[in-house]
Amino acid sequence: MSGPSIMETLFQRTLEDLIKGIRLQLIGESAFISKAMEEIRKEIKSTDLQTKSIALQKLSYLNSLYFVDMSWAAFHCIECMSSSRFSLKRIGYVAVSQSFDEQTPVLLLITNQLRKDLGSVNEFEAGLALDCLANIATVDLARDLTPEVFTLLGSSKIPVRKKAIGVILRVFEKYPEAVRVCFKRLVENLDSPDSRILSAVVGVFCELASRDPRSYLPLAPEFYRVLVDSKNNWVLIKILKIFTKLAAIEPRVAKRIVEPVCDHMRRTGAKSLMFECIRTVVSSLSEYEIALKLAVSKIRELLVDEDANIKYLGLHALSIIAPKHLWVVLDNQEIVIKSLIDADANIQSESLRLVMAVISRSNVVDISHVLLSYGHKSDPDFCNEIIGSILSACSHNLYEIVMDFDWYVSLLGEMSRIPHCQKGEEIENQLIDIGMRVRDARLELIRVGRSLLIDPALLGNPYLYRILCAAAWVCGEYVEFSTNPPELVEALLQPRTSMLPPLIRAVYLQSVLKILTFCMYSHLQKQSSISFPSSHNLEGVMAECVSRRKTRESSDILTSAQDDVFNPMISENILCEEDIPVETKGENLFFEKNRFSQESIVNLLNAIESALEPLLGTLEVEILERARNVLGLIDLIKQQIPNHLSPEEESFSREASEVWKLIRSMNDAFCEELGPVSFTAQEKIQLPEGLVLEENLRELDSIYGILQPPLNFLPQREERVEELPDSEWRSRDDLEPSNESTSLLVEHRKRHGLYYLPSGVSNDYPLANDPRSGEHDYDENEDLIRLAAQSLAPKKKPNYSKPRPVVVRLEEGEATSHIVSKKPNSKYDLLSGVVQDVLQETNPMESSQKGKEKVSSDVPPGSKENLQDLVDPMGERSGSGKSKHRSHGKERGHKIPKKNDREKDENCERARQKGSHRLGRKKTRQRAEGQTDLHAHTPGQIPDLLL
Amino acid sequence: MIRAVIVMNTQGKPRLAKFYDYQPVEKQQELIRSVFAALSNRAENVSNFMEAESIFGPDSRLVYKHYATLYFVFVFDSSENELAMLDLIQVFVETLDKCFRNVCELDIVFNYSKMQSILDEIIFGGQVLETSSVEVMKAIEEISKLEAASNAISLIPYASGWSRR
Repeated sequence: MSGPSIMETLFQRTLEDLIKGIRLQLIGESAFISKAMEEIRKEIKSTDLQTKSIALQKLSYLNSLYFVDMSWAAFHCIECMSSSRFSLKRIGYVAVSQSFDEQTPVLLLITNQLRKDLGSVNEFEAGLALDCLANIATVDLARDLTPEVFTLLGSSKIPVRKKAIGVILRVFEKYPEAVRVCFKRLVENLDSPDSRILSAVVGVFCELASRDPRSYLPLAPEFYRVLVDSKNNWVLIKILKIFTKLAAIEPRVAKRIVEPVCDHMRRTGAKSLMFECIRTVVSSLSEYEIALKLAVSKIRELLVDEDANIKYLGLHALSIIAPKHLWVVLDNQEIVIKSLIDADANIQSESLRLVMAVISRSNVVDISHVLLSYGHKSDPDFCNEIIGSILSACSHNLYEIVMDFDWYVSLLGEMSRIPHCQKGEEIENQLIDIGMRVRDARLELIRVGRSLLIDPALLGNPYLYRILCAAAWVCGEYVEFSTNPPELVEALLQPRTSMLPPLIRAVYLQSVLKILTFCMYSHLQKQSSISFPSSHNLEGVMAECVSRRKTRESSDILTSAQDDVFNPMISENILCEEDIPVETKGENLFFEKNRFSQESIVNLLNAIESALEPLLGTLEVEILERARNVLGLIDLIKQQIPNHLSPEEESFSREASEVWKLIRSMNDAFCEELGPVSFTAQEKIQLPEGLVLEENLRELDSIYGILQPPLNFLPQREERVEELPDSEWRSRDDLEPSNESTSLLVEHRKRHGLYYLPSGVSNDYPLANDPRSGEHDYDENEDLIRLAAQSLAPKKKPNYSKPRPVVVRLEEGEATSHIVSKKPNSKYDLLSGVVQDVLQETNPMESSQKGKEKVSSDVPPGSKENLQDLVDPMGERSGSGKSKHRSHGKERGHKIPKKNDREKDENCERARQKGSHRLGRKKTRQRAEGQTDLHAHTPGQIPDLLL
Repeated sequence: MIRAVIVMNTQGKPRLAKFYDYQPVEKQQELIRSVFAALSNRAENVSNFMEAESIFGPDSRLVYKHYATLYFVFVFDSSENELAMLDLIQVFVETLDKCFRNVCELDIVFNYSKMQSILDEIIFGGQVLETSSVEVMKAIEEISKLEAASNAISLIPYASGWSRR
């Protein structure tokens, strides 16, 4: 040992010094650590292995607990690992296990060291090497060290053997071919009398089976024996886990294990084992009534347990069984509901999941109210979880469980007002979606939207912006249902809207434009003595009628309560408006007087103008543009009707005719129904021949040039003109494009009608946005879910039952995703392939043996009887197992560690040959006995030995 | 399979961190932080299980136990039993207790390596290999002896992590 290294060693800080130093924190933790790192970098280069190892130990410590990088020290790790002194070796191994990954470049250098240590007589050295291998084995390491691991699988030292068993998992995973060498010996270990070995083997099989249960079905008899014989809870839990997987794919296994599982459930005092039994029953044995009953009674015991852990697991078990046997949940409903207010967040969310599992059309109203009231009381996270689950449950499959949309819409409104509601985006989507899909809900939507918009306090909560955005859109889009449009305008323009993000504010302004257009339209419509065609129908003709009248009338109260200007048109209007219900007649008459009057309109215009003018200076283009649009329109209106205050309606109507035209076409434009669009809509459009989507569109400029003022540009398929024939909506003039449409557009439409949204009767093209196409199974909901305007004509109804593209596609999607998720990855495929190979090599012996037995005991070969034989052959099998054992002992003789790869390969080859020999022998024997059991030899079949 | 074992104090300082599937250090730090954040939000006397899928990805569960100033956290997947894991924490803590006679945070801070080897005896590559604290203690004593012997050869004895406090 050279001088400097002694000095270094003398004054080197040990790990303990380092820890003390960090704790003293004289110079702050990070400063101290970087100083320590400087030292370590120096020390680790030392030629003295002792010094180096201490430096490495400190580095590992800092790496593990202070997240210091140590990948640079890989080579030093290897140096320490190769020390002959155990303490240094251990430091090296710990560092390697901790810091190496597949990409570590020096990984290849450790193979020989590992091989040496795996063969060490010192069990702890072997243990270190195994531990290291279990953490870092790569394909190469696994391949090269398989013979050593194989040897250790038969080690007489229990601690070494169990670690060797443990390492098998990683070796198989990395190098499936190792199965050919090690699998038999691994299986033999299932017979080990030592519970630690057994526990290790069962643990390995549990991991293997969880990835690919099918390959391990042939081992079912061995597992069954463990299940029946073992007294060790750890082992039993793992065995139950294996059987849960096996029983799920093989009903015969399920049938066999019902009895022992129930026995364990009755007998055991250990909650862990009991829970595992319950879990096995509820996930794989729920068809067996005895087992299920027992499990359910045990679940109940868990649920009423004081211990929160046990209770949580009880709920967890319920949620496993819920999809198959909902009654179990319903039986325990009370406990589940009570658990919603548990102090424990896990218990809360587990019970929430259960409550959501029982939700249905009949109880959705009650449950939602109960949940929301819990939500108010609980902490924000859970509250949001509740809101989220209500939203997703109710919107599932196009609001399948919602019968009463008025209720649901007001529920959405109520949710929005919960202070810590963070589901704004989802609520926004649903509000708009319902608006588009469900006509009957629009009245309520407007009402909810109005109350949200009008409340200035809500504008302070950023979580609500998305909801407000939806509310503003709904109010603009469906303004005809509003009881008071000017009030909406006022709400949309209130000063606090300046707090909104620009894009949402733009939606607000757009809605103002729509509402303004609507007000002007209904005002001018009167003026120009066009009788206003009758109104919409909602729940009933009457109610709708009232609301519509009210709409326009009440609106004036705010703006011009004292408006006494007599307008002859009003009386006309009263006359032409039919059927004012008796109970509201007085009210309505009062409002009739106050329809949009000149003055109220002017007030509205002025109010909008004064609110928008400041916005002209804004830098946000979206806002600026929309504000300009609205102001431009107002300008136009004001110019066109200079003397609109005068009651001489004759001159007025003439002058206003221009405005009237403009407003009418705008209104028509806004009247276009917006329908929901299916996800797959785009895909359904077949690309016609000759259409080049990437083509430069400049040619269109010429067409564009000819077009009339853009206001007339929008297609006018449907006027907002409705009648109520038999409480059924009908759109008029579907076929007849409005006279204002430019001829060009009509022409274009005629030629390329396919690419327009379907508008008329003659439409054999399947509606892309027809959610009902997949929902014919519940007709009672038919009147609830309404779609885009096109689908409203009664004639179109038969079409609904025709194509169901939407749902079919959805199911396809689900199916594929299932398949994908079930598909094991290629690595496990490889592994299971080899495992099946190996098992097939071993199986014939058993199957033939069993065959013999069958013959001798004269049991007719039938599947039922075979099932009952499961245990008997197993008794037999233990014998055969022993004989196999012996033969393996012999085999082991050949296979004793070969350090050479080629030899090892030969080894594999031999093993394979041996298997096939045996297979051949078996086959002949079987033939001799006249037993032709092909199953055992056909790969992928249910292995014969199960029977 | 067990994915990770973390021992940390109630301030969130890790005292032992072992990940059985390789994680780069930055990721380790992040995971430990989020586990701590989740744990410190939990009330006393609630269940010992915690939702872990948001932190450790799908099919992961978490069991923890709170002893004095320490959290013992085990993260595992569906091939382990929740209550068994809880027992395993108990085994681990019992072993530490036997080893240090009334274990406290300081023991754990200063005997990092010893704690590590205790854990390695119990959990091997993510699998539970030993559940008896007596057996673990036996192995640990053997290892200590071996280390002491190998150190005795050394010219300059040094105080390793193994020397008793």
